[in-house]
Amino acid sequence: MTQSPGQDLSAEGGHGAVPTTGVPATSGRAVRDWPLWEVFVRARRGLSHGHVGSLHAPDAEMALRNARDVYTRRQEGVSIWVVPAAAISASSPDEKDAFFDPAGDKVYRHPTFYDVPEGVEHL
Amino acid sequence: MIGSKPAELSPSGQAITWSDSDKSVAVGAYALRLGDDALVLAHRMAEWIASAPELEEDVALANIGLDLLGQARMLLTYAGEVDGTGRSEDDLAYFRDEREFVNCQLVELPNGDFAVTMARMLVFAAYQYELYDRLCSSSDETLAAVAAKAVKEVAYHRDHATRWVLRLGDGTAESQQRMQAALDVVWPYVSELFEGNELVHGLVGGGIAVDPAELRDPTTDYLTTVIEQATLTVPDTSVWHTGGRRGIHTEALGYLLAEMQHLARTHPGAPW
Repeated sequence: MTQSPGQDLSAEGGHGAVPTTGVPATSGRAVRDWPLWEVFVRARRGLSHGHVGSLHAPDAEMALRNARDVYTRRQEGVSIWVVPAAAISASSPDEKDAFFDPAGDKVYRHPTFYDVPEGVEHL
Repeated sequence: MIGSKPAELSPSGQAITWSDSDKSVAVGAYALRLGDDALVLAHRMAEWIASAPELEEDVALANIGLDLLGQARMLLTYAGEVDGTGRSEDDLAYFRDEREFVNCQLVELPNGDFAVTMARMLVFAAYQYELYDRLCSSSDETLAAVAAKAVKEVAYHRDHATRWVLRLGDGTAESQQRMQAALDVVWPYVSELFEGNELVHGLVGGGIAVDPAELRDPTTDYLTTVIEQATLTVPDTSVWHTGGRRGIHTEALGYLLAEMQHLARTHPGAPW
């Protein structure tokens, strides 16, 4: 997919960056009335919410409940966030080099030069 | 409003003196009554799988069906143990005929459109919530444990149905009309939920069972609140269907059982 400079991107289905404009409404699949929501689940207290996937729902309340049914059926979480996928701004694959490559040779940024005290979890 | 059925004569508190074996048989019959409700509605939920309006709703309905199936398994297993017949959950689920099922008629009603399924779920979960909430303090430890687990599940079923009824009722002109039509379909089956019989009242006196009549007001209050908030009307029903607890069912149950039972009956004892 070619991005034009300055084009707004959104997250769709956790699959990266998708233009928010200029995409045909019917791209071979059924038109959905329900907007897309990104789902974040906190596995247990002390951890942050992590992205687990996405779903369709008519509104935020139903999205939370759908998320409960789709993503926490096996006790995966103690807290759920849902965010409209359209509300997420995503980095562009075209900017990948400028965004991420410069960090590649800066090993001193990794905390490998410290001794981690015993008993520190979730680091 | 939900009409009053003639009250059965043995009010709660009036203990019936039973021998231990009589009592065990009665507890078994009571567990069967609760278990059959859950089993039949679980099957109705399973019928939605791969047919729900959206994938997410498909998963939700399947979850709810599995909750109910779990309740049914515990209750049927207990029924077969406590009544002394030694019947397994499978014996009870697959090898009884229609007239031996004691579920209320509400749960056997065909799924209809999505609105009918939600109307039925709203009514039944509202009733089941009040029931299990009280059954948690049953003097029968097994029933109390089943209720304590199930009441949380049922709270979610009730919430799910409530949200859909609110959205469909207070939605578009068509969704409102179909949601109202769905309430009209299920409403004549509501009153049966609150009927007791001599067996149940005997167990109420012993602190084992919940008096169904006691559930009428809280259930009705909840339903009325939701229906009015959804800009719908509580159906004005003059005919109330009943008989499920005596094995008298609508024609829909026979078809349901034929599908549910045919595999187990064709291959008796077949394991996975």
